[in-house]
Formats: sequence, C-alpha cells, structure tokens
Amino acid sequence: MSDKNKNWPLWEVFIRSRQGLGHKHVGSLHAADAEMAIGNARDVYTRRQEGVSIWVVPADKIIASAPEDSDALFDPANDKIYRHPTFYVLPDEVNHM
Amino acid sequence: MNATQEKLREEFDAYVAKDKKIEPKDWMPDGYRKTLIRQISQHAHSEVVGMLPEGNWITRAPSLQRKVILLAKVQDEAGHGLYLYSAAETLGVDRADLIDDLLSGKAKYSSIFNYPSLTWADMGAIGWLVDGSAIMNQVPLCRCSYGPYARAMTRVCREESFHQRQGYSIMMELMKGTKDQIDMAQDALNRWWWPSLMMFGPSDKNSTHSSQNMKWNIKRFSNDELRQRMVDMTVPQAELIGLKIPDPDLKWNEDTGHYDFGEIDWVEFNNVLSGNGPCNNERLEARNKAHDDGAWVREAALAYAEKKKTKE
Ligand SMILES: [Fe+2]
Ligand SMILES: [Fe+2]
Repeated sequence: MSDKNKNWPLWEVFIRSRQGLGHKHVGSLHAADAEMAIGNARDVYTRRQEGVSIWVVPADKIIASAPEDSDALFDPANDKIYRHPTFYVLPDEVNHM
Repeated sequence: MNATQEKLREEFDAYVAKDKKIEPKDWMPDGYRKTLIRQISQHAHSEVVGMLPEGNWITRAPSLQRKVILLAKVQDEAGHGLYLYSAAETLGVDRADLIDDLLSGKAKYSSIFNYPSLTWADMGAIGWLVDGSAIMNQVPLCRCSYGPYARAMTRVCREESFHQRQGYSIMMELMKGTKDQIDMAQDALNRWWWPSLMMFGPSDKNSTHSSQNMKWNIKRFSNDELRQRMVDMTVPQAELIGLKIPDPDLKWNEDTGHYDFGEIDWVEFNNVLSGNGPCNNERLEARNKAHDDGAWVREAALAYAEKKKTKE
C-alpha cells in the first residue's frame, strides 16, 4: 500500500479563463514536479477550453489568513461607510457624479 | 462536548441554516467533517470505478466517432474523480489514504458499477440512465453548504449533460436499426432500469443519514423524491423511441401527476451493497492491478523530480 514519502506533493491550480481576466483558483492536484503539475492541470481542469493560462503553486507555500482573524482584518471597514459614494447625499440637480 | 464547543456548534447550525457556505479553514463540527469526507470520497471512488464498465467498450466501439466520444466521456469521469478527491483533501485527509481504503475494499462506491456491461447497447443505457440518475442526484449538490464540494459539483454537472445525451443518442440510433439492434437496446434497458433507480439509495423509510444532512444543507431532497423525478423524466423519453420500461406496475397517475411504479428489489439492492454483486470482485481487482502496475511510474517520476531539484 502507499508509503507517505512516495506520494507526489499537492499543488493548487489557478486558471485564467480568457485574456483580460485574472487567474482564479479551480482546485488542486498531485504531481511530482512543477512541469507535471502544469500538464496534469491542463488535463484535469481545461478539457473544454476553460483556460488560456495556468498557474500551479505548491500547496504548502500558500500563506492564508485565518478565519479567527477575520474580525480584526475585515471588520474595521464596516464603520467607514464614508468610503462609499452612497454616503453622500447630493441635490437632485447634480447629475453624472 | 464542552460549553465553547456547544456554542460553536449552535452558531454553525444557525449559519448553515441561513444557506451560507462553509470553507475549509472554518470551524465545523466533527460530524459535519466526517460525513463530508465519507460522502465526497465515496463519490470520488464511484467516478473512478465508474470508468471500468465503459472502458470495457472503448476498443470495441462501432465507429471511430463513437470511440472518441466514449473516450472523452470516460476521461471526464476520471476528471470528476480528481475534482472530488481534491475537495475531500480540503477537509484534512490524505488522498493516498482514501485510495487505500478503496483498494482494500473498506470504502464504498456506487453499487451500480458492480453490474456488467454486456453489449454495446449498455453504453447507451449507462449514459442515458446511470448518468441521468447521477445528474438528478448531483444538481442539488451544486448548492451544498461546503464550498469546495459545491464548486466541484458545479464542474461535474456542467460536463454530465453531454454524457447523458451521448447515451440516449446511442439508444436512438439502435432503435432505428435492425430487429437485433432493437432487441439489444431493449435488453440493455431491461437490465439497467432497476439498478439505475437503486442509485438513489434506500427508500425514505429506511434512510439513516438523511435528516441531519438535510439540516446541514448537504442534502436537499429525499431519495424517494429524486427517484420519482427520474422516473417521471425518463418514461416519456423511452416511449418516444419505442422502448418499453420493464415494470408491469408502471402507470401514469392523474391525481398525483406522477408515474406510479413497482417496488424495487431491496434484497438485490442489499446484496450488491454488501459486496455480492456480479462484478464487485472484478472491479476491485481491476483497480488494484492498475494501482500496482502504476507504482513504478509514480516512483520514477518522484525520483526524477528529486534528482532535478538537487541539480538546481
Ligand atoms: Fe461523472
Ligand atoms: Fe458521467
């Protein structure tokens, strides 16, 4: 049966679906090296022209924010409604602003 | 469960009840995680084992076009398995362990793939009915509360409708053919009809996991509801091309607006589920052989990658 040290590492896959759009995370796969990861990503995630460019990143190299920190990271923006245009009430006569 | 755990659990249930999504690093109850690991990995195994009955006919497809179509379909099923293993791994399990459980016979996969594919018409019946039932089961999973599973299912469902259509088109073509071809199509329907209806699982009276999974938005509709939909959808499709559904109790019910249909053979259902179907052993042997035969490739690729790394 499988020996842990013999398993191919995990890669996260990001695909640009067409020129003009950013790469988007689509899933992960296992591959022995980066080159194989690109080849496998092509076979697994772009069988129907879903992409024009592929990024693969070793899964253990990704640094993510922790859900516990969400409040500290994202809440402060909640009370800064003046950052949104709807905060400012303008006279009806003003158009195109 | 201590007080904090209980509070987290309550918050979780309330959050999920609002139809919100859970992502891999979020807190989740153990039961939720376990249920998902079991369901997603079983689902992945089913996609992988599901390649076998159809793989059996790739070399014998009746035309080059049918061969490339079947090849593409089987390749999609491999892809589905991989999307799903990827989703399962976000829950903190190792793919190699999941595959070990499949190979050792510890893990389950869909019983439908323990039936043999005897003729070319089976490729029609499988695409039309087996993929058809799978779609019926899978579409609601695109809205599952667990993000990675829902996203994987969205990809899967996008690809499935081609599978069902190519199957029905095989049946259509056979039904336009000679008497032998028509008989072959009818025979395939006769053998695959009931197993396809069994794919929805035990009847609601005997289903064990359902209510908790409904609360967690992992499951949206009951087994019997989905099975009824499959029958209602498929009967007219069969009639349209002159096939007869092998069920003497089948009849349209004006009052309910649904078809009434006969009782499933639950003895056979349990028998195949517990490992005594016609192909249970053959399927596991084929998977084990493929895994063992590929061992040297996996090792060689890793050795090559390591050698390249040390050179850099
Ligand atoms: Fe599939
Ligand atoms: Fe399929």
